[in-house]
Amino acid sequence: MEVSGLNAWFGDHHVLKDVHMEARSETVTAMIGPSGCGKSTLIRCLNRMHEEVRGARVTGKVLFNGTDVYAPDTDPVEVRRRIGMVFQRPNPFPTMSVMENAVAGLKLGSRLSKSELRQRGERALRRAGLWEEVKDRLDQPGGRLSGGQQQRLCVARALAVEPEVLLMDEPASALDPSSTLRIEELVEELKDSVTVIIVTHNMQQAARIADWTMFMLNGEVVEADSTEKIFTTPADQRTEDYVTGRFG
Amino acid sequence: MSGVAAPAPAFTRLGTGVSAARKMKDRAFTVGLWVCGGLAMLPLLFIATYVIERGLKALSINFFLKTPGIPGQPGGGIAEAFVGTAIIVGIMAVIAVPLGLLTAVYLSEYGRGWFASTVRFVAEILLSTPSIVAGAFIWAVVVVRLGAFSGFAAALALCVLVWPIITRATEEVLRLVPQELREGALALGVPRWKVILRVVIPTAGAGIFTAIMLAMARGLGETAPVLLTALGNSFMTTNAFGPMDSLSLRVYVDAQSSYALDNVTAWAGAFCLLIIVLGLSIGARVIAARQLRRTR
Repeated sequence: MEVSGLNAWFGDHHVLKDVHMEARSETVTAMIGPSGCGKSTLIRCLNRMHEEVRGARVTGKVLFNGTDVYAPDTDPVEVRRRIGMVFQRPNPFPTMSVMENAVAGLKLGSRLSKSELRQRGERALRRAGLWEEVKDRLDQPGGRLSGGQQQRLCVARALAVEPEVLLMDEPASALDPSSTLRIEELVEELKDSVTVIIVTHNMQQAARIADWTMFMLNGEVVEADSTEKIFTTPADQRTEDYVTGRFG
Repeated sequence: MSGVAAPAPAFTRLGTGVSAARKMKDRAFTVGLWVCGGLAMLPLLFIATYVIERGLKALSINFFLKTPGIPGQPGGGIAEAFVGTAIIVGIMAVIAVPLGLLTAVYLSEYGRGWFASTVRFVAEILLSTPSIVAGAFIWAVVVVRLGAFSGFAAALALCVLVWPIITRATEEVLRLVPQELREGALALGVPRWKVILRVVIPTAGAGIFTAIMLAMARGLGETAPVLLTALGNSFMTTNAFGPMDSLSLRVYVDAQSSYALDNVTAWAGAFCLLIIVLGLSIGARVIAARQLRRTR
């Protein structure tokens, strides 16, 4: 994915200012930066979720496999199908069971037979590392799982539609340390099959799981490079100040 | 640990801090609140026992199966009123429920700008419109135009009253559905209409169901708009385009009758209305509570 000249607003508030970025396929790219720097907004621009907020506006280009996500003839539904998303707070559908949640995207978006749905649901739950824990309670409401399980259910739900890119907006910030670890392991496992872009305010997390890291400040990308470079020899003073904990 | 001991805090005995006067005041207010709560229930209890006592006496098989027959003669019933109410409320539901739901979905999921605010404002005004005005309006535009009183016109008049109730109540419960659920579904590449239909509405299901049931109960009990539009009828009819009887109308007519027998019938009709309306309200609440428990 490639972003060029991206600007985003909430009403009059100019959140992203001329952002350029790149995310290579089958790698993990982390976005770090202090609260309010625009990293969540940026990730939501990548699959056109930003425009779901009242008063939100975007200009610029987001290229996905060479086509502009914001071109007038691009269907946001298709964009979101191919670029999945996991949110900060686990949001399983309360009226659906564990299995129904896992296959929700398939069920509501395509015509598949019952057995096929189940198969794909199981595969998604396995990929999300949740299968062993929930295989005996697939018919229970998704909301009855623990927070960490709910979040992995949301990852499974996103994976079930087999997206090429998975966007994760602070997926572990509402979870306890052991659930966070599970999510991080999951990201490690997933990067062979999908491109992961993850927003995090936890620098250690970025250092642990990301191949590439970009540092954002006040709606601008300050620096983007290999994770190692960002955390050891950053080019920009502000990046250094941030990763060494001098602010933020 | 080193040998430094923290100084023991000086606790006072429990219960010594509150004066007797304050305890008395507290008790007096608690009792006062209980009494107020009880007083609020009194009217319902009084109405219910009175209506049940009077109404039960007049209930018989004939009451449900026969039409009024000759005035002043025993053995008549109000079967035509039950049928009329069922037809009028049925037509009302068929029109008002989809209309109300669609309006609510529009207001909550799509409505922005001046048009949505106008629709919401109109619904608000309709909500406080006296029911007789709705009846008079439908009388003027439907009954006069078609040249006949009809159950259909009554259903339309009730729609005017019930549509805003369904709309506003449903909009409220749709708004309670967390935005994250909509976003979660949209992010899966599900088209918006399907997100609304399969995620948002089921999540608000119990609340929507309650709203519809309470609106039905309201439509069932209305008298004035039905009087102006359906007129009433002592004979059994299923023709919705002619004059029709309804339960509330029958109660109104029989209560004014100079025959004591009719007055008794009115009580029985009132009893039936009360039971149906209570049944709808209680049923709605029970089902809503059950669904809520299932999803938690």
